[in-house]
Amino acid sequence: MKEKDVRKCYILPVGPQHPMYVEAENLMVHLDGETIVNVDVNIGYMHRGIEELMQRRNYIQNIYLAERICGICSGIHTVTYCQCIENLIGLEIPERAKYIRTIILELERLHSHFLFFGVMAYEMGLDTVFMYTWKDREAVLDILEMISGNRVNYGMSAVGGVRRDVPENRIPEMIKKLDYLEKRGQYYAKVFYSDKLIRKRSVGLGLLPKKLVDKYSIVGPVARASGVKTDVRKDIPYLVYDKIDWNVIVREEGDVLARIMVKIYEVFESIKILKACLKALPGLEKTLKVKAPFVIETNEAVSVTEAPRGELFYYAVSNGTDKPERLRIRTPSFVNIANSLGILLKGQQLADLPIIVASIDPCFSCCDRVTLIDVKSGERKTVDEAYLKRLEERK
Amino acid sequence: MLFRLVEKTLNYARKKSPWFLHLDTGGCNGCSIELFAVLNPRYDIERFGGLSKANPRHTDILLIDGAVTKKIRPRLERIYQQTPEPKVVVAVGSCAISKGIFHDAYNIDGPLDKIMPVDVYIPGCPPKPEAILQGVMKALQLWEEKHE
Repeated sequence: MKEKDVRKCYILPVGPQHPMYVEAENLMVHLDGETIVNVDVNIGYMHRGIEELMQRRNYIQNIYLAERICGICSGIHTVTYCQCIENLIGLEIPERAKYIRTIILELERLHSHFLFFGVMAYEMGLDTVFMYTWKDREAVLDILEMISGNRVNYGMSAVGGVRRDVPENRIPEMIKKLDYLEKRGQYYAKVFYSDKLIRKRSVGLGLLPKKLVDKYSIVGPVARASGVKTDVRKDIPYLVYDKIDWNVIVREEGDVLARIMVKIYEVFESIKILKACLKALPGLEKTLKVKAPFVIETNEAVSVTEAPRGELFYYAVSNGTDKPERLRIRTPSFVNIANSLGILLKGQQLADLPIIVASIDPCFSCCDRVTLIDVKSGERKTVDEAYLKRLEERK
Repeated sequence: MLFRLVEKTLNYARKKSPWFLHLDTGGCNGCSIELFAVLNPRYDIERFGGLSKANPRHTDILLIDGAVTKKIRPRLERIYQQTPEPKVVVAVGSCAISKGIFHDAYNIDGPLDKIMPVDVYIPGCPPKPEAILQGVMKALQLWEEKHE
């Protein structure tokens, strides 16, 4: 389409408050009829200034701040932060702490993936599947509650180790719940792969070609669904991922269904890792934590992990006090949302917008840092839930 | 006479089916996830007759979480104005109540009760679904009282 025609497009703002996701963000969708010509992503409604806050608080307080970057990935943020600070000091944590951290991270991946299945089904209009997956997600949260006493912010990691032990007398109960989740995972694999309605709404939709993945630095399950074998757990192993036998799930199609299937098969891999960790746990030494200094000499360090949504990166500089000089956080959602939404949505139907956006599993609380594009002036209309749902149902 | 009868009947019906609107105003997502978890079969908030909806014009009870960021504040005020009377505002989580861990952040305009009158506070970081259920029940009672 020529430049002149683009200006004539109908601009439809989606958000900031809208039924697609609970979090506030704004998409300026340029429409030609029902076809999406261009999308301006306008985020920043969740920006709280955490990196600046971290420079004003000490290393211990920052653990809890890192935990509150995102409520879904709270475990991985604390673990990555603690690893980064341990790299600054040059500290090796006890073996048991490594296993417990792995258990927490994989449980978090499980609950995040089940949440994703529910959201996907909800966007497709399948409320029953949404209810099923969210009911099963409670089983994961039960295990997390058994270990840490919390459902969302676990407060497990500390600089130098972990704060609580896994109660060994409850491990059989946990294994039983994991068996249940495995069974349910197989059921969802069948439902999402073979259901006619889901296939119609997801096959060939939101295509991300393999060659664009590197160009736009897409990470995590979205990249893996496009045939790129990238997983920090295998590439740069941390914690105990190199001691356990597991596989990276890759699919070649690059559409919405591929993204769902990658996550479904990752559930089985996570359960495999969890079972191996829980089995190894009773034979390990009981030390949970080593002492870490409060004041850290001038140094710099990085830490990379695989969050449920992709690669998470922390960079820290210390200056000889008890507060960091600078902390930089690069979250997977930010690259995925900012870089891929434009490519994925171009040329698609408006009614498919919620499904495509949900398929990259956006999480705005960790990605909101600056406003990317100013809201353009133009003809406006606010979309309500009824309108979007009607569009979806019509399709 | 007829008009009053119609309104009485309508009010009776309204009391049995309050609609909720959930807005995240800059929290960590934790409260949002727990608010969403309240919808699932284990807790099932909809058995009290309420429905979770996205349009503020159809809403009776506002469930708001998060320390209010500067960018979302005008939108939040607009949503409050668009909600018809009588309405009940519920502040969910530490951030909405007192800005919580973000109390000295530069981009925060909260807490919520500085911006709008709040009726029910649900403390916790994040509150458990049981606590949210209890808070919502309190809000329902308040809303019925406001109706009369």
